[in-house]
Amino acid sequence: MRIGVVTFPGSLDDVDAARAVRLAGGEAVSLWHADDQLYGVDAIILPGGFSYGDYLRCGAIARFAPVMESVMAAAAAGAPVLGICNGFQVLCEAHLLPGALTRNQHLHFRARDQRLQVETNRTAWTMGYTPGQEIVIPLKSGEGRYVADTATLDELERSGRVVARYVDDNPNGSMRDIAAICNEAGNVVGMMPHPEHAVDPLTGPSTDGLTVFTSVLKHLAGVAA
Amino acid sequence: MSVELEPQGIEWDHLDTVARAAETPHQQQPYEELGLREDEYERIREVLGRRPTESELAMYSIMWSEHCSYKSSKVHLSKFQDLAPSSDRLLAGIGENAGVVKITDELAVTFKVESHNHPSFIEPYQGAATGVGGIVRDILAMGARPVAVMDPLRVGAADHPDTARVLTGVVAGIGGYGNALGLPNIGGEVVFDPCYQGNPLVNALCLGVLPVDRLQNKAATGPGNLVVLMGALTGRDGIGGVSVLASAGFDQEAAIQRPSVQVGDPFMEKLLIEACLELYEAGLVVGVQDLGGAGLTCALSETAAAAGTGMEIALERVPLREPSMAPHEILASESQERMLLIVAPEHLEAVLAVAEKWGVPATAIGTVTDTGILRVTWHGHAVAELPPSSLADDGPVYARPIREPADLPLLQADRAETLPRPTTGEQLRETVLRLAASPNLCDRTWITEQFDRYVRGNTVAAMPENAGVIRLDERTRVGVALSVDGNSRYTRLDPYTGAQLALAEAYRNVAVSGAVPVAVTNCLNFGSPEDPHVMWQFAEAVRGLAEGCAQLGIPVTGGNVSFYNATGPVAINPTPIVGVLGVLEDVATRIPMGFSHPGDVIILVGETREELSGSEWAWVTHGHLGGSPPAVDLAAEQRLATLIRAARDLDLLRSAHDLSEGGLAQALVEACLRHGYGATVALPEDAPGGPFGFLFSESAGRALVSVPLGREKAFAAQCEEHQVPWTPLGVVAGADAPLTVTGQFEIDLAELRTAWSSTLPKLFDQLTARPE
Repeated sequence: MRIGVVTFPGSLDDVDAARAVRLAGGEAVSLWHADDQLYGVDAIILPGGFSYGDYLRCGAIARFAPVMESVMAAAAAGAPVLGICNGFQVLCEAHLLPGALTRNQHLHFRARDQRLQVETNRTAWTMGYTPGQEIVIPLKSGEGRYVADTATLDELERSGRVVARYVDDNPNGSMRDIAAICNEAGNVVGMMPHPEHAVDPLTGPSTDGLTVFTSVLKHLAGVAA
Repeated sequence: MSVELEPQGIEWDHLDTVARAAETPHQQQPYEELGLREDEYERIREVLGRRPTESELAMYSIMWSEHCSYKSSKVHLSKFQDLAPSSDRLLAGIGENAGVVKITDELAVTFKVESHNHPSFIEPYQGAATGVGGIVRDILAMGARPVAVMDPLRVGAADHPDTARVLTGVVAGIGGYGNALGLPNIGGEVVFDPCYQGNPLVNALCLGVLPVDRLQNKAATGPGNLVVLMGALTGRDGIGGVSVLASAGFDQEAAIQRPSVQVGDPFMEKLLIEACLELYEAGLVVGVQDLGGAGLTCALSETAAAAGTGMEIALERVPLREPSMAPHEILASESQERMLLIVAPEHLEAVLAVAEKWGVPATAIGTVTDTGILRVTWHGHAVAELPPSSLADDGPVYARPIREPADLPLLQADRAETLPRPTTGEQLRETVLRLAASPNLCDRTWITEQFDRYVRGNTVAAMPENAGVIRLDERTRVGVALSVDGNSRYTRLDPYTGAQLALAEAYRNVAVSGAVPVAVTNCLNFGSPEDPHVMWQFAEAVRGLAEGCAQLGIPVTGGNVSFYNATGPVAINPTPIVGVLGVLEDVATRIPMGFSHPGDVIILVGETREELSGSEWAWVTHGHLGGSPPAVDLAAEQRLATLIRAARDLDLLRSAHDLSEGGLAQALVEACLRHGYGATVALPEDAPGGPFGFLFSESAGRALVSVPLGREKAFAAQCEEHQVPWTPLGVVAGADAPLTVTGQFEIDLAELRTAWSSTLPKLFDQLTARPE
């Protein structure tokens, strides 16, 4: 399976996402922000970083990158799309996901090994987890506070689209402790923490993040079958 | 050639050209305001055979400044080379942008630490941010991909209101720039001391990795080759940064110097990194040099001087942020995120295409010539015409007067060993808690949480571990360990020994991580070189460091000197910061610092003497600084390092943690809290200085290790074989079990953690927290 990893100018965790795909057994394909096509990839990852310097607003410029037209079309057609951190911000700016990521309540950039509870495995990117499973993966962001209006939050809860929540201690003031959400179809997921940093016991606090990448491969295998 | 129209609005009558300088030899020039002495000005006239133009005067004033010319330190720094042990690993050393160390036949690393002290007091966020940016470009200029940063910091007293301004700004700046650049921050230090109240130290270290055959050179070789400026537009920021800020003292009205502080754009730097690496990979550049202090002047003169060539530069081609800039301003600007490339004409198009791909401006601004003269024109008028080596290599060199401070014998006679000390178990308990909560020993999480340590996925260890560990190759798992250390109280008491203690601590931190130390970098932060007492401290520290490196067999590969660091009229404590790099054949064999298995046997290795002068205990409980610092025994440090590696190779070690400030007590606290395991230990009956001395002495050359139960005899045999004294202390207790010192005291782990971890948030959080 070929998983595309988009590099915008200012993307930083693209090498990490590609490594995670490889460790999960997939083939990572590098996509450039200026590309007008996706080279036949089966799924797409928008990685962490500071695309276009995060100028104007996080993700606001990347959302208009040429490659995003193809990404949005692929998402609409059901291709799995994962936005991690800055990628989550891009997905919100692109209206592929509702709500927004705003400045951490305490105003500091915060990097820590974060405990999460996976709320649902009915997405392309979390099907390998058990609902309620607790995992530890790194979080590192200055603008990671998920906000949305009450109706949207209620709708996310009602339709089971809160994919993961922070447990123990909310690190950024996210509403309802939300760490990750998905679209109605479950193929587009945005998550603030970084599963690609928890794939190798030598460099990560755990290998809990690897399941995100094996999940999508399993999902794609199921679709193909 | 088309005839270029001269720009509007320029008062040509006021343009100081080379021709005019020759015609008006007696014109008064503001050399003193630019920081030049009369005899230096006379030398410039001698070199040129006429008075300098306005542009030339600006160029000499910045290149001959203390910051760029090392004029006061050169005569001492030569010791690093004179005494350097031979090393077959060194591919580039002192004098290059950064030292390069071969790790395998294919891979090399480059690393260096630099200061950005003065700007960080005036404007903490930007000062620290551009400090990171500057050292990253030094590493990039060697052909390396920057892969990690570290940040040794010194700020004023923790409870002083201005310290909150400086520290929060500096930490946010380092994070704001480094995080956005995608560089993991893997370690550093923060020390609070009132001597830094008006002059914080912001040192930044960067590590880069490169294939051995991609090593770049700064020499502008090949007459006919093009000189290309790549990166951000040139503006008025940072003009005179090195001469005004870094080369003289400054007073309370420092705010007026704020325009001298550069402003950083990490996004542009990230693009610049990727563009440069792509150019190196494609073999498209002949030479490369970063633009930092002294901007274009430094880059042009150093690249030409290194090749013995000349250059013809058309200054009006430099893309400007502010079109009204005068030639001398363009030459002196310290605008960030710029690199100078030397490119063969047939490769220009390819170079510009790579720059455009990454969205980085790049412009050919001139050509390399065989004249040996750097000739700078502006719209066809020559504004500078000089030998580049006169700027880069032939600056003034001073053997400044040196005098041992008169107060030193008195200071050394005032020993901390005579201070009142705790005696009962309850008093010892209180002292452990008080030290653990003290600003210099408490939990650093409040700071390190603001830095990304994971990006690029090769961070095997980061703070609070003994050393940062970076994997260089996923297949072979070869990697490096890095530590930066320095203790300015020790150096104040004895600069020779203090510098060696800094070296010993960094060496030990790398060694107890399981790595083989191979190379050294340093940042020497001192007061005014015009003060003979400061110059004595400097000379002694350099001698200590050079002799120490020779004895340990690890060369100094490069570094940086920062003078004129003072709070008001009082110089800072001399602060040599030493970085040691070690090699790990397999990063999976690095040794963690914390206790992790109940029942493991806790052993102290190395010799404990009653050494309390200059200690954290004396400082925290008595505000005392006096006596002589702990003794240094570098041969013992080497034996300890060999023992740790040998024991690791035999699987005898579960953890190892170096002892430094706060002594055994603090090492136990940190080893327990790392993973939340208690410990039960007993102190030896015949401990020098009794239980108190054993817990708080800061004797060097020691480490606290934990050994799997049943392997302690094998470990003792290794200690015997490597001639390292060892003292069994006790065992690792269960998760969340207390820290117990038998017969003395017991501290609940939760109480200990609260004391250790609440200090920095209490001091600095309320200032920024937003009530909701």
